[in-house]
Amino acid sequence: MQADIFAKRRKDNLIFFSLLGLITIASIIVTEYDVVKGFTSVFKAAVWAVANFYPNAKAMAKLPDILPKLQETILMSISSTTFAAIFSIPFALFGSKVTKINNILGSVSRLIASIFRNVPIVAWAMVLLFSFGQSAMTGYLALFFTSFGFLVRAFIETMDETSTSSVEALRASGASYLQTIFQAVLPSAAPQMISWVLYTIETNIRSATLVGILTGTGIGFSFELYYKSMNYNAASLVVLVVVIVVFAVEFISNYVRRVII
Amino acid sequence: MPLLEIKNLTKKYNADTLALSDVNLTINEGEFVSVIGPSGAGKSTLLRCINRMIEASSGYILFDGVNVSTLSKNELRNLRTKIGMIFQHYNLVDRLSVIENILHGRLGYKNTFEGIFGIYNEEEKKSAFKIIEILGLKEQVYKRCDQLSGGQKQRVGIGRALIQKPRLMLCDEPIASLDPNASKIIMDHLRNISSKMGITCLVNLHQVNVALKYSDRIIGINSSKVVFDGAPSEMTSDIVYSIYGSEAEELDIDIGGRNAS
Repeated sequence: MQADIFAKRRKDNLIFFSLLGLITIASIIVTEYDVVKGFTSVFKAAVWAVANFYPNAKAMAKLPDILPKLQETILMSISSTTFAAIFSIPFALFGSKVTKINNILGSVSRLIASIFRNVPIVAWAMVLLFSFGQSAMTGYLALFFTSFGFLVRAFIETMDETSTSSVEALRASGASYLQTIFQAVLPSAAPQMISWVLYTIETNIRSATLVGILTGTGIGFSFELYYKSMNYNAASLVVLVVVIVVFAVEFISNYVRRVII
Repeated sequence: MPLLEIKNLTKKYNADTLALSDVNLTINEGEFVSVIGPSGAGKSTLLRCINRMIEASSGYILFDGVNVSTLSKNELRNLRTKIGMIFQHYNLVDRLSVIENILHGRLGYKNTFEGIFGIYNEEEKKSAFKIIEILGLKEQVYKRCDQLSGGQKQRVGIGRALIQKPRLMLCDEPIASLDPNASKIIMDHLRNISSKMGITCLVNLHQVNVALKYSDRIIGINSSKVVFDGAPSEMTSDIVYSIYGSEAEELDIDIGGRNAS
């Protein structure tokens, strides 16, 4: 009996992996992808990167030009997130099952948030380019819109998860709507909400680099400038500082999370 | 004099689910009444219809001579301050301290501004400390509620209800999540509240033995109807069978033994 189970499992595995192999081979043939060339070119690319894509002394001289741009990107990520968070709170309160005022308002606010969230940030940036051109405003609004959509959703789930029971108790004791929000919902949900805000700041720094290439602002602009002018050493320095900042921000936000929860 | 009169109370959740059908009850001031019955019989719905956490479908409820179902929003808030409620899962704001949770019971008496910022006067704080002492939580006053045991949390729940200076306590399965030792402490406190402070208690219970030991009167509910209403001494194994149906045998209730304890 047991032997049968093992035999069956072997047979299932064999079928699964044969199918996977078949699909892989079929797609290689259809796309005319040369596997050998693919892997060898990765090697060539690595060699090229080692030879050209590193910050040298001349690139380091560009650092005073890069750092203000980096600062602009970081500050923009933070301020777009905090503003988005402030605007998200009322929408989340209307959208949450626990604190909704009525179903219509709840559906409307969830729908608005869903639209802002599901349009990708690059699409927002491209749409906003028409209105604001290549300016910091375009990038700022693109970050703000996606952060807003995301945070409304995150806040709604946090509120539903953390405060359903205490809200019931306070309502039963005669507390008013606003009292319940400030005495039960916000104290219960605050640590997780702050945690989501920190996470959004992290992702925004990453996205801001990309959006900056489109809008010609911030650190993304520096990268494009050096890359297009074939100053690969300076471009690599830009990549390096972005990576360092992303790690640093993640480290700081992990620390803050540990303290508040 | 009756404190609570329930007439022809019916609650339908939808066409198929009838939670309460034509319930008639009169509860006198100072009585300790247990409501027993199998899960899903409608015990919780009955309790929540009294303070309108759930809106009844038809029938009416008189609390101290006032028709609860016709109250405006503000009048309802006012009514709820006179009715304390405690819950199976305590429903505290876990991240706040014991004293803050107990003072939440005063929110119903406050204006919006004082409530939002949690401004309590000297008298309220003094009475909170008095209640904390009665409930034996003196050591825990400034502890966060997520650091308390289940029994301690339920005592905080009782404290939050008591500080409302209620005339009626609605207790929804107060000991269903507690061990026997903590259960006894909680039931003793509830019994005390009724005998010493003259507060009427309406308690949903799962344990027939506990109901027999503590109550002045027992109400049995089965499939949305009141099937028994009388003193513990009138309870017989046949009646237990009529309340719990075929579940009764599994409950293994020793009716005869209650006078010995």
